[in-house]
Amino acid sequence: MARPEDDDTGVVSVATMEIIVAALFFAFGALVMFDSYRLGASWASDGPESGYFPFYTGLIICVSALVLLVQGLRQRARVALSFVEAGPLRQVALVFFPALIYVGGIQMVGIYVASTVYIALFMVFLGHYTWLRSGAVGLSVGLFAFLLFERWFQIPLPKGFVERALGF
Amino acid sequence: MDELQSLLHGFAIALTWQNLMLMFLGIVLGVLIGVLPGLGGANGIAILLPLTFTMSPTSAIILLSCIYWGALFGGAITSILFNIPGEPWSVATTFDGHPMARQGRAGEALTAAFTGSFIGAFFAVVMITFLAPMVAQFALRFGPPEYFAVYLLAFCSFVGMGKGSPWKTIAAMMLGFALAAVGMDTVTGQLRMTFGSTELMRGFDFLVAVIGLFGIGEILLTMEEGLEFKGRSAKIDARVVWSTWKQLPRFWATSIRGVLIGCWMGVTPGGATPASFMSYGVARQMSKNGHNFGKGEMEGVVAPEVAAHAAGTSALLPMLALGIPGSPTAAVLLGGLLIWGLQPGPLLFVEQKDFVWGLIASMYLGNIVGLIVVLTTVPLFAAILRIPFSIIAPVIIVVCAIGAYTVNNAMLDVWLMMLFGVAGYVFKKLDYPMAPMVLALVLGDRAEDSFRQAMLMSQGSLSILWQNWLVGSISALAIALLLWPFLAPLRARFKARPGAA
Repeated sequence: MARPEDDDTGVVSVATMEIIVAALFFAFGALVMFDSYRLGASWASDGPESGYFPFYTGLIICVSALVLLVQGLRQRARVALSFVEAGPLRQVALVFFPALIYVGGIQMVGIYVASTVYIALFMVFLGHYTWLRSGAVGLSVGLFAFLLFERWFQIPLPKGFVERALGF
Repeated sequence: MDELQSLLHGFAIALTWQNLMLMFLGIVLGVLIGVLPGLGGANGIAILLPLTFTMSPTSAIILLSCIYWGALFGGAITSILFNIPGEPWSVATTFDGHPMARQGRAGEALTAAFTGSFIGAFFAVVMITFLAPMVAQFALRFGPPEYFAVYLLAFCSFVGMGKGSPWKTIAAMMLGFALAAVGMDTVTGQLRMTFGSTELMRGFDFLVAVIGLFGIGEILLTMEEGLEFKGRSAKIDARVVWSTWKQLPRFWATSIRGVLIGCWMGVTPGGATPASFMSYGVARQMSKNGHNFGKGEMEGVVAPEVAAHAAGTSALLPMLALGIPGSPTAAVLLGGLLIWGLQPGPLLFVEQKDFVWGLIASMYLGNIVGLIVVLTTVPLFAAILRIPFSIIAPVIIVVCAIGAYTVNNAMLDVWLMMLFGVAGYVFKKLDYPMAPMVLALVLGDRAEDSFRQAMLMSQGSLSILWQNWLVGSISALAIALLLWPFLAPLRARFKARPGAA
């Protein structure tokens, strides 16, 4: 039986990724140069201005990005190596997007509740564990983290309505 | 011998019950970090750093540096038993370590790896003990131009000694510098690249970048490979240890070469990973058992481990003596120094004698404690690796999120960590090096300050980087290293046509 994670059709080629990343580098370098120029990237009466050093950093980023861009374009014509296949990309997405939701969850319900729920759901849906075991692991990590940070180290972490209802 | 006296004083500081407990705790945590995928020396220490804010600097650095030793030891366990390098510097250990484990000689391989690590670290610490004070003494004469030249040398050597595309090294490094510049400019008080955001005024914290790049990025990579741990079991008892130790003296030449390669690559920021590969390669060429390498030769386990540990340890020398870390993990430790209110650099040896010599003494003790701990607890850590990845992965993401949040108590940092995680995943797959980026992010402000001061001294002329023999030779070496990879095509053409020259 073919599992979805074994799907090995290429999604994007290495050369395409190289080009995308080089383009992003170029855009970032241009942004750095633009903002440094706005602040003043030359020599004032009292020495170099704020944008002096970053301006050249941005310039070097742009130059190396251009070289990498050209190299990527030339590579694209010659080799078709796959950057990531459909199956593995699915696996990565299955970890990454829930993790993003988890970070959003921290903001809404606090880190302890979000962590408990996140670990439990991860185990149920990706690890195919029973709800009971997953819940137990999630809850114990959440509780342990709570005791460790709020009690022993006295480092306050984001809390939500559950902690408030319990009087913290 | 001033150093010996200072060292004895250091032992007196390090040898308290409290510090010994911290060493033990640090080693155990470090091995755990080294064993788990997604947690490594650099981001493991970055996550734990906020917990040390209330400790005394000496206790804090003992704890954190012991985590580092532990992580160096721990990488070998996964390499040998599971054929999965827990850390990049233990990749070369898998070549002969895992075949040995498959032949049922896991105990021997582990003992050889740990002992090799210990030997490498020990010689590197001896070197630090005697060389670091001299380097610091020498560096006291440095002014801003000299400092900038040394920074230049450190960064150019990444370009010159890196394996991949030099353009990628430069791009990644400059990205680090640009990110370091974000926030308030300390000289003029102007806001740089904040684009009106008050949260960006703080700038990018490199700890967040380290946690994202190495932690989240690594988890994504591991997930892609669809990792299933299929490990060998290992038992280490006194008999195995003893019989392995009896064989080890035969590899004295390999060990010496490993120590030399490691110390060199650690002091110059080459790092433990290239050192371990280089040592393995040299050993294969020079050893009479070279043809057996890759099939389970003990010498092939000793060679990379000695070099990796020597490099990992000696990376602390430039950090202590010059304030320039030789590896990402050393950079995180340097960040710790700043947070504890210590100014890294040569003055540390003058003003913070207790701290420096306490740390150096703890390196000796930490490695002895480490060797004992790893030799006795291998089965425990191997058992941890049998916990399925679908439990470990979410727990590590939670730990990373907590670590990123506690750096500045800011939610923005947790989001940034995720962003750096994607960057880490893509960079790793495209061979953009992350170590120079992290070092640039840490040292960006200091490099810029020394550049500005140097430029002020010369009224904006770059000739100050050649004003005397000292700064001139450092700058020249830096430029040579920078140009080295670009000359490679020319060298190849020259070699191809020997008659033409």
